[in-house]
Amino acid sequence: MIRKKDVKKIVFASEKEMPVTAMSLGSMLYNKTGAWRNIRPEVDRSKCIQCGICWKFCPDASIDIVDNWPAVDYVYCKGCGICAEECPTKCIVMVEEEK
Amino acid sequence: MKKVIMGNHALSYGAMLARSQVIAAYPITPQTQVVELLSEMCADGTLDAKFIKVESEHSAMAACLGASLAGARTFTATSAQGLALMHELLHWASGGRLPVVMGNINRAMAPGWSIWADQNDSLSQRDTGWIQFYCASNQEVLDTVLQAFKVSEKLLIPSMVVLDAFTLSHTYEVVDIPDQALVDGFLPRFAPPYKLTPADPHAFFGLTAPEHYFELRYKLQKDMEKVPDLVEETGRDYERIFGRHLGLVDAYMCDDAEFLFLTSGAAGSTARVAVDELRAEGVKAGNFRIILFRPFPFALIRKALKKAKKVAVLDRNLSYGHHGIFYQEVKSALYGQDGMPPVFGYVAGLGGRDITPGDFKEIYRSASSKDRPDEEIGWIGVKR
Repeated sequence: MIRKKDVKKIVFASEKEMPVTAMSLGSMLYNKTGAWRNIRPEVDRSKCIQCGICWKFCPDASIDIVDNWPAVDYVYCKGCGICAEECPTKCIVMVEEEK
Repeated sequence: MKKVIMGNHALSYGAMLARSQVIAAYPITPQTQVVELLSEMCADGTLDAKFIKVESEHSAMAACLGASLAGARTFTATSAQGLALMHELLHWASGGRLPVVMGNINRAMAPGWSIWADQNDSLSQRDTGWIQFYCASNQEVLDTVLQAFKVSEKLLIPSMVVLDAFTLSHTYEVVDIPDQALVDGFLPRFAPPYKLTPADPHAFFGLTAPEHYFELRYKLQKDMEKVPDLVEETGRDYERIFGRHLGLVDAYMCDDAEFLFLTSGAAGSTARVAVDELRAEGVKAGNFRIILFRPFPFALIRKALKKAKKVAVLDRNLSYGHHGIFYQEVKSALYGQDGMPPVFGYVAGLGGRDITPGDFKEIYRSASSKDRPDEEIGWIGVKR
């Protein structure tokens, strides 16, 4: 597996230093979309069959597979619920955020 | 090898000779034969490409963008409503700097439903950041596809190769189909400076804050400004290899012309006939046909028009509430310039009504009877 790159917030002083298109500008380092969430996915490992469907379907790449288990990245997960919808064993449930 | 082929197949042969690697398209009259032939070529092995069938033109362009980002030479074709449905993705192609080449068959926009030629479909995409070439013969269509790939891939800007519905798309002409080895010499494999690959992961087209977006658009404009010179350069290379010059414009009898028709597309061929007939009557007429519409070849147009006494622009299109679109563009090129001739604007042939040599002679008579235009739109052929 390819290691995630270490990306820092980038501010270019001039267009001359910039790539030709919006490519790896590091914007997600400060655009932490988890703050948008009002329901959060929680994984019940007792029902999880480690199929990886949640990982595949997450539109924001916010589910990683760690030691064969799904691991939600709550810094970026917007709480869309697609993982819970697609989970074949319904081991993912969406829980109200309390703020 | 010379073949008698329709304009649509000239696009297909162009895409084949360019060794397109991915073609994603949805059929629409009058474009259908373009992708029909390409799908046959993919099926029988003539062309080693992936043909992706999709459910709409929006998806066709989306598939092209993914393929292009992964480093594949990518081709598609559409027309009218299909092009309009692609509109959002046209911005993604240019902003993403993905050098897709697309054939567009100029077809009038509905309603009422029309399958016949006018230019409002492609001209409605004027500001999407695509290079636009308007062709006047099937040979020019094939040659321009090869040139478009070369220009697009060098500058990472997509290109639209535009031809008239039926007048070119379904009309058979003799076309010299270049030798594959010569084409390979002219157009090497697409080697983008970056691409979507697991070996070098990048986040593409993500959120771009106000501190960076403006500069990216500045860069697109600066590269657009390089297109005219590159078209000239690749046109000269093309002539050296294939014997046919490809330019920004096609000037016919313009050197000593006092009265210039300014045209685009197949109507530019018709204008040549009118120029010959007017010359036989002793009128010093010429036809200045614009091939490259975006970016607009300002310098060349200023230089050519300055020599004429009068210019009449023919538009097979209309910006409702304004004027013919080529007329607007030409006026914008001449504004503030010294010593420019009066420019007359005429609209003809909307929805596929024929544009004849007689129409050009009517334009000549109308414009030569006045010192300056007394209306912004001279209507040719409207029953009123």
